[in-house]
Amino acid sequence: MTALVIRGGHLIDPAAGVDGPKDILLKDGRVAEIAGPGKLKFANGAAVLDATGLTVAPGLVDIHVHLREPGQGYKETIATGTAAAAAGGFTSVAAMPNTRPVNDSPEITRWMQAPERGASVRVFPIAAATRGSKGEAINDYAALKSAGAVAVTDDGYPILKDNIMRETLAAAARVGLSVIQHAEDTRLTQGSSMNAGPMAFKLGLRGMPPEAESGMVERDIRLVTELRDARVHLHVAHTSTAAALAAVRQARRSGLRVTCEVAPHHFLLTEEHVGFYNTNAKMNPPLRSAADRDAMIEAILDGVVDAIATDHAPHAIHEKEVEFENAPNGITGLETALGLSLRWLHKEWKLPLGRVLSLLSAQPAALLGLKGRGTLAVGSFADVVVFDPKAEWTFRARENKSKARNTPFDGWTMQGKVRWTISEGRIAYGSE
Amino acid sequence: MNPTASPVRRQLHPPPVPASPFPYNPGSLLSASDLTLEGISHILARATALENQDPLTRDRILAKRRVALLFYESSTRTRTSFELAAKGLGADTTLVSSLSSSIEKGESLKDTGLTLRALGAEAIILRHNSSGAAWLLEAETRLPVLNAGDGMHEHPTQALLDLRTILAHLDPVTRTCNPNKRPVILSGAHFSGVEGPASPTGGQHTIHEVTAETLAGVTVSIVGDILHSRVARSNMLLLPRLGARVLLCGPKELLPDLAANAGPGIAIERNFETALRQSQAVMMLRIQAERLAGLALDLEQYKANYQLTGHRLATQAPEAIVLHPGPIIRGLEVTAGVADGPQSVILEQVRNGVAIRMAVVERALLPTAGQGGRA
Repeated sequence: MTALVIRGGHLIDPAAGVDGPKDILLKDGRVAEIAGPGKLKFANGAAVLDATGLTVAPGLVDIHVHLREPGQGYKETIATGTAAAAAGGFTSVAAMPNTRPVNDSPEITRWMQAPERGASVRVFPIAAATRGSKGEAINDYAALKSAGAVAVTDDGYPILKDNIMRETLAAAARVGLSVIQHAEDTRLTQGSSMNAGPMAFKLGLRGMPPEAESGMVERDIRLVTELRDARVHLHVAHTSTAAALAAVRQARRSGLRVTCEVAPHHFLLTEEHVGFYNTNAKMNPPLRSAADRDAMIEAILDGVVDAIATDHAPHAIHEKEVEFENAPNGITGLETALGLSLRWLHKEWKLPLGRVLSLLSAQPAALLGLKGRGTLAVGSFADVVVFDPKAEWTFRARENKSKARNTPFDGWTMQGKVRWTISEGRIAYGSE
Repeated sequence: MNPTASPVRRQLHPPPVPASPFPYNPGSLLSASDLTLEGISHILARATALENQDPLTRDRILAKRRVALLFYESSTRTRTSFELAAKGLGADTTLVSSLSSSIEKGESLKDTGLTLRALGAEAIILRHNSSGAAWLLEAETRLPVLNAGDGMHEHPTQALLDLRTILAHLDPVTRTCNPNKRPVILSGAHFSGVEGPASPTGGQHTIHEVTAETLAGVTVSIVGDILHSRVARSNMLLLPRLGARVLLCGPKELLPDLAANAGPGIAIERNFETALRQSQAVMMLRIQAERLAGLALDLEQYKANYQLTGHRLATQAPEAIVLHPGPIIRGLEVTAGVADGPQSVILEQVRNGVAIRMAVVERALLPTAGQGGRA
């Protein structure tokens, strides 16, 4: 593999504590050397990328995406989903198991990582916690882990039964896997398509009460407490309510290993953005109240939130052009996460650039134990994003790399234009 | 711990909520809140003018124009009155219902709408079981769409015909509704086959020019299954804009507290007697069994608290008019005696439906008719 040099850029690597002008040598898929400007000694013939005026950072890590394969290639494929990831600056994506069939086996886990899938960036499968994600029988976590699974979850189908969830947490801890819970007490959300509140009443839609989320988080934290096992790691997916965040905050104060992620749409939008039945503003958990949204922002700023994750959920156009109640949940996110985070968290709400990048790379990588990812320390994987931090641009869904167009951010102003995304030493995306 | 306790450290300026692009077509009537006071006045005036017009000249207004009625739910009043209204103006109508069309084969609302448009439909009247369906259809076809009821959301022509009914009985001086006020029948009343003592077709005192004060001092109670009612939502958006106070009355399961926040001029009164005593008009709603979604309701308890009986009416609101959008379930929300009694204006509502819908269909197809100058 040829060597690649990124020269003249400003390196920000929060995990390594680097924030300054550096040149980088990538070789054999790893970071080979980092040196001050012009100080790298590299062999002639190495490709050189001129990053003058650009920021160089660890490739972004999204621990919550739906790549739809196997089974729903009409929505997205691993190839198109990872192309979208690369365009958005992501070099690692953790793929949820709600595929058809559900990824509850080492075979599917391996299939998803096979070279034939044509992935542009690294895919880390998250396996189903229970057989068929039915919440009844626990899968063989040791076998799933050795096939490459990095966590277990029944995302979209929360584990309701206390005993099954307890068993899941304990069994996953024994093999060193995290348990990711989509926190929703589905007994309280039957037939609902948006947040419960004045907006749902006004629109004549059945609402999901915030307690359906926070109650489940509280239940899960109680189970973690009862297990008294330091290896147990509960990760709360796509946190959307102030009450759920409060529960996570409290658990952390008690020393429990409980982490959480927030999606860009939950720190930017509210139920008001549903407008008149915009199906591209329909997802689960739903857009919440302004108070909940503000709580997400505050929790990101004060460090309670461990990661920004997109919950990239592509759907075919025709699936969203239907009655609001009949539309599937979810929006795309891979190509807007960096631009929205820089535009709002950094520029508007003054979160330092290094902290934004950490939430999008170092922290999520550490959270799932993705070794050598989320940092550019020498010896790490050569996963790099090079972007112009000042550039503003307009996101156009019809031009995105994902197969899908279901986003509420079409036409929004983004900040930070990705110039190159490099995955294990190969250029996975480049813009002119 | 209290999730709201963490102090906001800085003033957040989150992304704004974009303005609604609806309605795309000025002829559409999606929501009762789409109409200005001038627009409401215009519809009321045109309703009376069209009702009184010679049918032989009236049917030239929309002669051979094409109007599609697209019905995903069963309907007696709304469907028939829209059809009579469109035909009364000379339009050709076609009815597409979910049980006798390709909808049964899985055709989407979008494709059904585009098909109707390709067949020459110039406006679509839509009744649908999903909230928001009319917005989807309008966005996809860009035709004038008349919302004839979308799920639990809105039923704007019902609110307009309810308004017309209330205004016909309103004494502008005392701000009371007189059930005995029966405006004279003018020459152009054409639905005389409908039983009833008289047709309220715009007597001398009927109000057509409405303002923000027209219903000042008037309290309208809406009683029963508010949660699932599109009639309630449209009325609670429309009536307060004319100055009315809307009292919502019902049990918590059918009337959540947050309903009071749906707009200005809306309050909740759980006690039926207390609500009745303040009301000049009482609108009774059917319990929508088809939308209860597993909600168990003690009907005997419900009747004990919220059924409008002759005794309740006589003792608490002897002067009020009683409205009901239909269908009535006699013996549940109202007794037969009240439904057929002297304070009931239920069949007047039905008659007003045709007049209002003529005005609304005309507005859909003659854009200039929406500007307010025609009457």
